[in-house]
Amino acid sequence: MREIDAVIIGGGPAGLSAAVRLWEKGVRNLLILEREHELGGILRQCIHDGFGLTRFGETLSGPEYAQRFIDLVEEYQIPYVTDATVIDITEDKKVTAACRDGLLEIQAKAVILTMGCRERTRGAIRIPGDRPAGVYTAGVAQAYINLQNRMVGREVVILGSGDIGMIMARRLTLEGAHVIGVFEVQPYASGLPRNILQCLDDYGIPLHLSHTVTEIRGRERLESVVISQVDERMNPIPGTEKEYPCDTLILSVGLIPENELSLSAGVQLDSRSKGAVVDEHHQTTVPGIFAAGNVLQVHDLVDFVSAEAEELADSAAAYLRDGELAECRLAVVTDGNVTHTIPQKISGTSDFKLSLRVRRPIKNCRIRLVQGGETVCERKMAKAIPAEMIQIPVKAARLKKGEDLEVKVEW
Amino acid sequence: MVRTFTCIMCPRGCSVTAEVSGTEVSSVEGNFCPKGREYVIQELTNPMRNIASSVLVEGGELPLASVRLNRPIPKDRIFDVMAEIRKIRLTAPVSIGQTALENVLGLGSDVIVTKNVREKH
Repeated sequence: MREIDAVIIGGGPAGLSAAVRLWEKGVRNLLILEREHELGGILRQCIHDGFGLTRFGETLSGPEYAQRFIDLVEEYQIPYVTDATVIDITEDKKVTAACRDGLLEIQAKAVILTMGCRERTRGAIRIPGDRPAGVYTAGVAQAYINLQNRMVGREVVILGSGDIGMIMARRLTLEGAHVIGVFEVQPYASGLPRNILQCLDDYGIPLHLSHTVTEIRGRERLESVVISQVDERMNPIPGTEKEYPCDTLILSVGLIPENELSLSAGVQLDSRSKGAVVDEHHQTTVPGIFAAGNVLQVHDLVDFVSAEAEELADSAAAYLRDGELAECRLAVVTDGNVTHTIPQKISGTSDFKLSLRVRRPIKNCRIRLVQGGETVCERKMAKAIPAEMIQIPVKAARLKKGEDLEVKVEW
Repeated sequence: MVRTFTCIMCPRGCSVTAEVSGTEVSSVEGNFCPKGREYVIQELTNPMRNIASSVLVEGGELPLASVRLNRPIPKDRIFDVMAEIRKIRLTAPVSIGQTALENVLGLGSDVIVTKNVREKH
């Protein structure tokens, strides 16, 4: 069995950023395991621009953003294995991967979880009807078009207003398809406002809020979908059904952190974020196992994924050096207006960055962090929307050591 | 007339309210940075956009290389430029930053490669 200081599970943006930073921190005995044939993760198929504005001060496509990190991995000669599927991680940090050369078994000192996320599917949202060809998740359609040169269809309905769905509405239009419309079950869009403008409005693609697909029709290939309006509890309103002939239905209905391996390692998950429970070091409930990027919480911007993975790498390097990290006994508690926070536990003795999302759009609010009834930190916001992750840096000097941290949204 | 714009200069996506008459802007509100004002003026006079697509690569490990424009083009020329991009054929190897088509349709923007594609062995 090979012994390795830090094994990184997944060579997407989070894994690459973590690897590069670990190397720069002096951790030399490390290994990236990547399931696909190439490094880069989902960025390989995200060919639109808009990546890297925060990180590099310029707007890049996904493959270009990934290549900047891959170039560093090559320059530092950080070891990686592609076509390697990790099949098990244990609580004592044994990692087993199936590779071209057979089974790879590693005893790690630290395991870095950067597996990213998966798309919710038709099954996850239980759309009734036939089961014809022509129903794709947005990411699958994106892979067909941008990686494999296969067109997915001509007359397209998109369900869900996630960013990838809107980006695919534009991409399909540019490739000659007709996008009938984007239908969103919630009364507000789930993607960023700029994508509504530059992916839908620019191409005259209508966005219908409070609508959903209530039936799929077609024998071999999709022939039509039935769309219904929904009420405020998101239940379809009888009598509002309308049939749209189409050959393709694209689903952009949410992303779920991919945590099968985390579970096998005994890592505790948070039912709200669907990712691991972590402390301010990005350490999970299993000492020496860390998580960052979309496997921890679904991000809007890759720039923030890189930043999160680098913070993780700083902590993991300290863990490898000292054998332990400062204990985090204080819980981060939220009110009902917040979907989740990262981290969920803090020490009260170090600076950290709090990430959170609001549950629904709220205007003119303030986010207040409170300990024992006293305000630690406050952020005023003209507009808080679920589509945008909010990040608040918190200074150790303002924190108390013995009190949980409450996160409140007030207006 | 008061008009509201969604600024697309960065992911912040500010909702910018502007007092406009024709292409004259007398006041802007809601923008986090000066780019918001520039954006509103650009939108009123000549809206510009960048686009990304992919082109066929012969003899490569992958069938396609992704491309984008190095400068934005007028919004109403997007489909003309797409037609030009569709005609491009490259031969592997290709690398990031390589010009696939110079000064597309005389618009002052180059189509550049955004993915490395190695030769197939």
